[in-house]
Amino acid sequence: MNETVNLKTLLAADKPLTLAILAMGGQGGGVLADWIVGLAEEQGWMAQSTSVPGVAQRTGATIYYIEMLPARGGVPPIFSLMPTPGDVDVVLAAELMEAGRSVLRGLVTPDKTVLIASTHRSFAVGEKEKPGNGIGDPTVVVGATDFAAKRTIAFDMDTLALKNGSVISASMFGALAAADVLPFPKEAFETTIRGGGKGVEPSLKAFNAAYDRAKSKTREEIAASPPKRFDVMPETTGHLELDRLVHRLRAEFPEAAWPLLFAGVKKLTDFQDPVYAGEYLDLVGKLYGLDRANGGEEKGYSFTVQSAKYVAVAMAYDDVIRVADLKTRGTRFERVRHEVGVKQDQILYMTEYMHPRMEEVCGTLPKKLGLWIESRPKVFAWLDRRINKGRRVQTGTLFWFLTLYIMAALRRTRRGTLRHLRETEHREAWLNTATSLLSRNYDLAVEVINNRRLVKGYSDTHARGLSKFDRVMLSLATLADRDDGAAWMRRLRQAALLDESGIALDGALKTVATL
Amino acid sequence: MAERSFAREVEDLKLGEGEIFRGEGILAITKALLQSGVSYVGGYQGSPISHLMDVLADAKDVMQDLGVHFETSASEAAAAAMLSASVMYPVRGAVTWKSTAGTNVAADALSNLSSGGVNGGALIILGEDFGEGSSIMQERSHAFAMKSQMWLLDPRPNLPSIVKAVEDGFELSEASSTPVMLEVRIRACHVHGQFVAKDNKRPAYTLKQALENPVRDVNRIVLPPANFMHEKDKLERRWPAAVNFIKERKLNEFFGPEEGEIGIIMLGGMYNGVMRALQQLGLADVYGNSSIPLYIMNVAYPMIDDEVVGFCLGKKAVIMVEEGAPEYIEQSLHTLMSRRDIQTRVHGKDILPLGGEYTAPVMMKGLKAFIEMYDRLLLGNQPPVPDPTSVLNDPKVKALAEVVPARPAGFCTGCPERPIFAAMKLVEKELGEHHVSADIGCHLFSILPPFNIGGTTMGYGLGPASASAFNVEAGKRSIAVMGDGGFWHNGLATSVGNAVFNKQDGVILVVDNYYSAATGGQDIMSSRALNPNRQTNNSIVNAVKGIGATWVRQIDRTYDVAKMRDTLKEALTSKEKGPKIIVASSECMLNKQRRVKPQFAKAVKDGKRMVKERFGVDEDVCTGDHACIRLSGCPSLSVKHTDDPLKDDPVAAIDNSCVGCGNCGEVSEAAVLCPSFYRADVILNPTGWDRFVSRMRSKVIGWLQARRAAGRIVFAD
Repeated sequence: MNETVNLKTLLAADKPLTLAILAMGGQGGGVLADWIVGLAEEQGWMAQSTSVPGVAQRTGATIYYIEMLPARGGVPPIFSLMPTPGDVDVVLAAELMEAGRSVLRGLVTPDKTVLIASTHRSFAVGEKEKPGNGIGDPTVVVGATDFAAKRTIAFDMDTLALKNGSVISASMFGALAAADVLPFPKEAFETTIRGGGKGVEPSLKAFNAAYDRAKSKTREEIAASPPKRFDVMPETTGHLELDRLVHRLRAEFPEAAWPLLFAGVKKLTDFQDPVYAGEYLDLVGKLYGLDRANGGEEKGYSFTVQSAKYVAVAMAYDDVIRVADLKTRGTRFERVRHEVGVKQDQILYMTEYMHPRMEEVCGTLPKKLGLWIESRPKVFAWLDRRINKGRRVQTGTLFWFLTLYIMAALRRTRRGTLRHLRETEHREAWLNTATSLLSRNYDLAVEVINNRRLVKGYSDTHARGLSKFDRVMLSLATLADRDDGAAWMRRLRQAALLDESGIALDGALKTVATL
Repeated sequence: MAERSFAREVEDLKLGEGEIFRGEGILAITKALLQSGVSYVGGYQGSPISHLMDVLADAKDVMQDLGVHFETSASEAAAAAMLSASVMYPVRGAVTWKSTAGTNVAADALSNLSSGGVNGGALIILGEDFGEGSSIMQERSHAFAMKSQMWLLDPRPNLPSIVKAVEDGFELSEASSTPVMLEVRIRACHVHGQFVAKDNKRPAYTLKQALENPVRDVNRIVLPPANFMHEKDKLERRWPAAVNFIKERKLNEFFGPEEGEIGIIMLGGMYNGVMRALQQLGLADVYGNSSIPLYIMNVAYPMIDDEVVGFCLGKKAVIMVEEGAPEYIEQSLHTLMSRRDIQTRVHGKDILPLGGEYTAPVMMKGLKAFIEMYDRLLLGNQPPVPDPTSVLNDPKVKALAEVVPARPAGFCTGCPERPIFAAMKLVEKELGEHHVSADIGCHLFSILPPFNIGGTTMGYGLGPASASAFNVEAGKRSIAVMGDGGFWHNGLATSVGNAVFNKQDGVILVVDNYYSAATGGQDIMSSRALNPNRQTNNSIVNAVKGIGATWVRQIDRTYDVAKMRDTLKEALTSKEKGPKIIVASSECMLNKQRRVKPQFAKAVKDGKRMVKERFGVDEDVCTGDHACIRLSGCPSLSVKHTDDPLKDDPVAAIDNSCVGCGNCGEVSEAAVLCPSFYRADVILNPTGWDRFVSRMRSKVIGWLQARRAAGRIVFAD
C-alpha cells in the first residue's frame, strides 16, 4: 500500500492545454487546427491534433481536437485523442449553433472554458426547409453559452474575414490570439500564418482585424430576429394624393395601427396606385368601426392592427403583372448589380426562370374572357399546351425587357382581371368570417385575420397554402365558442407551417376535433 | 486526380535518417512502408485511409526511384488478391482499405492468402472506421483475424508506435509466414504528431526478379490435400512462430509498477484514453507514469498466453479494455484463466459498455467502478473529476436541445446529384412513392432531408442487386441508385449483370460524377480526366450495353431537371421488360471547382472574355414558402430574415458561395415554383462589341425605366 502512495506522489501534476474546434465541413477548421499545432511546435511545445472528418467533410458538423504541452526531460506527454467533457480550456466555434452544440456536448464549463464563437448563422436544412419560420432562436444559444463559459469572445468572425478578403479560420485565429489563453505572443501567431505560404496577406489582415475587434469589444448583441423596418410617416410627401392618404391614416385610425397601416399604404400605392391604397384604408376603416363596437379598445385594437397587416398582404397579391413590374424596375437592376458585386468595367445580364401556365394567363385576362376559357376545358388545355413551359427570360435584352415591360403596364387594367375578382372574393369571405366572430369571440376573430399568413407562394405552392387555410378555417365550427379557441387556432396555424404536406396539421386538426 | 494535391506531403516521404517527420498518422504509415522496403502497395480509397492512397498516387517519382509498384485497386478484393505476389516470392507488399466494409469485400482473397501463407511480408492496413465520424456499420475487424488466423496489430496511437508497428508487422509476417493486419482507428489516422524518420529502402528482392524467375509450389494452393496441411501448419508452426516473435521482440508493453492488487489490460489503440482516464482519477500522469500495472496489447491477435498469465498472477483482478462488440479478448482471457486454473478475476464488458466508442468519460467511469470493487484505497484523495453534469442539467442548456439543429453531412454547393433527386421528388409527386434501393457514395445523402429518398443500402455496388427480389408483376417498379464508384467496384457484374440475366424489371440509376467522389475525388474507370498513369474514359453506357442491357439512357447534364424527370418517368412506365438503366453524368462540383477556378482566374487575368454565373433571389417576389429549398438543400441556397413588416417568414437568399450550377432555376422551372430566381451573368473583360451592345440596351431600357418611374406616384423610400 505504502508503495502505491509513494508512486502517487511521484506523479506529475502537469496538464495539457486543450482546445476543441467545432466547425462545419468545408469551413477550414483543419487549417485553423494546423495553425494552432504549428504555433505550439514553433514555440517548442509538443502538440497533437485529431479530427474525424469522414463524410462530415461534406458540410456536416465536425470537431477538431488539440492538446499541447512541452516535453519534460525528453519524455513526450501522452495526449488524448478526444476531448473530455468538462475538461476543455478553449472552445472555438465557427458558427453560432456550433457554439450551442459545444455546450450541449459538455465541452464548455464555467470553471475552465474560454469560448470563442462566431455569431454568424449558417442555417441547417432542417431550419431552411420549413414552410414557415424554422430558424432556431439565437438568444437561447447566447443564454446558454453565457451561463456555461468562463469567458466569451463572440462576434461575426465570418463577415469580418470576408471583409478582409480572407476566410473564417484567419479571424478565429486572431480572436484566439486576443483571448490570451495560449502562452504565446501575438507575433508568434503572425509568424505561423506567414509560414503557411498561401494567402498570407489577406490572412494577416483578417487576423489583425479580429484581434483588434476582440480586444476592443468582446461581445456582440444578438436579437431573436432582426427588427422590422417601420418607416417614419412623412409630414408631407410633395404629392397631394399621398398626403391625403397619410392625413386620413392619422385622422381615422388609432395610433397603434399606424406603423402597419403606413406599411400597407406604401405597399399598395407601389402595387397599384394611391386610389387602391385609399380603398385599403376604407376597408380597414370599416373593420376598425366593428372593432370599436366590440370592445376593441380594451384589446388594444389588435383586430384593427392585424387587419392593417393582412388586408394589405391580401390586396397586394402576387400576380404576373406584379412579377413583371418588379423584375423590370431600374432599382432592381441596381440592386442586383450591387448584390452580385459587378465592377465598373464588367457587364451584367440577368436571366429569369419563369414557368407561366394557362392559369396565370387566364387570371390576367379580363374576367369574362378568363371565365369563358376556364369553362371550356378543351380550349383551356389547347392553350395550356402552348403556354405551359419553362422560359428563360433575359431581362437585359430588348425583346424580353419589352415583353415584361408591357405585361407590367397591364397594371392599369388589373382591377378588371379574373385574378382580381378571385382575390376579392376570397378576401371578402375571409373578412366576413372574421367580423362575424368579433362579437362572439374577439381573440379568435384576430386569429382568423392572422390565418392569411398561410396563403403564399405561386402555383402549386399557392394552391397548397389555400388548402391549408381552408382546412384551418374548418375548425371554426368547433372553436367559435371556446374561450381557448384563439389559442387552438394559433396552434393549428403553427402546425400548418411545420411541413409541406400538412402532416402536422392533420394531427392538430384531429386533436381539435376531439375537443 | 484526387480532391487535393499532396505535393507537400510527398516531400515528407523523402525525409531521411534522423529527420523529423511531422504530420498525420496515415501519412506516417505511408512513410513507414517505404522505410520497410516494400515492393508493392495497393488498396481501395475510403475514410480514414484515403490519404495513404492519395499521397502515393502523387508520389510517382519517389516510387519510381525506389522501384515500388503502386496500384489503385478496383476493389478491396482486388487489393487483397494482389498480396498473392508475396506467397511465393520474398517481396514485401502492403494493401489498405476502410474496415470492416472493405475487409468484408476482401474476405475471399484474405482467406485463401492466409490459408496458404506467405513468404514475403504481407501487411494489410485497416482504417478501423468505428465511433464518431464513422459512416459504416459498427463492427470489429478482430473477427477476420481470428477466423483466418491472420495476426492483428493495434499499436498505441502515436506516430512512433504506429511506424514501429508497420516495420514489426512485415517482420512478424515473414517470421510466421502469415499475413498481418494493422488496424488504425479514425482519430489515429488523422492524428498529427511526429517521429524520427529513417532512410527509405529499396526492396531487397524486386518484382522484376520474381517475374523472371517464377516459382511454383502446389502445396501453397488451397486444394485438397494442401488445404488440410495449411490448417495444421497454421496451428502447429505459424502460430507458435508468431508467439515467439512477439515475445522476443516485446511487441506488447508493460507499464506502471511491477506489482499491484489489480491490473489493466488494454489494446494498444485504447492506451491514450485509458491514460487520460487514470490521470483524471489521480492514478497516472501525462508523461506515462502509472500507479496501476498496465499491459498493452499492441498485438490484438494472437494473444500471448504466457505474458497474460505473468501479468495476472498475484493480482486480485484485471480489467480488459477493448472497444466494440463482442468482447473477443475478454472471452479468451476467461478461457485461459480457467484452463490454467488461475483465480484472478477477469472483468471487461461487465463493467464497461458492450458497444460504442470508449470515450474518456466512459473509460473513467468504468475504471473507477473497477478500482472501487478491488482497491478502493487507491482512489484516495483523488482530484475533482471533470464533470459537466450540472451545466448540462441547467434549464438554459437544456433549452438548447430544442434550438440547435442536427447538421448531418449533405450534398455540396452545386452538387450535380442534387437535381437528380429533385427530379425523383417531382416524379414521386406524379407517380407516387416507389421502393428505392440505395447504395454507398455521396448519393446516399438523398436519404436525409430535404429529399428523404432511399429505403435500404446493402453495400458498395449492390444497390440494384438489393432490389432484385422485387422482380415481380406489380403496378410500380423499384428504383435502384448506384454511383460510378460502386458501379466499377462491384456493380457492373453483381448488380447490372444480375439484373440483365434475371430480366430484372426495375430502374437502375447510375450516378456518374467522374470520380470516386465520396472518398476524396480519386479517378476511376469512367473518369473524364486524362490520367497519364491510368486508363480513364471508359464509358459506363458501353459497359452496360456490353453485358446485354438494352434500355439505356445517357443524361449528360444532370442539372436538366425536366429531362431527368421525364427520363425517369419513361423508365418507370416503359413497356419494355428487363432493367431500365439511366446513366446520369455531371462532374462532381467540388472537384470541378478545384479544377476550373484557377483556370478561370488565369483567363481573367490574361484579359480573356469570361462569363461568371451565379444565382440570386428577388426578395420582393419571394413569399417565404421555401418550396425551392425542399427540392434542393444546397448550402448556398438559404433563408434570411426580412425587414418587410408585412412578411412573417424568412425569404430565400443565395449567398456568395453560389457556383452558378443552375439547379435553383431549373428546379423552379420544372416544378413550377416561383419566378424569384434569377441568374446573373457577369461578363469579365467584355469585348468592344459587348460594350457597344450593352450600352445600346442600357440606353433604351434605362429610358423606359425612368419613364415609368416618373409616372408612378409612390412614397419615397
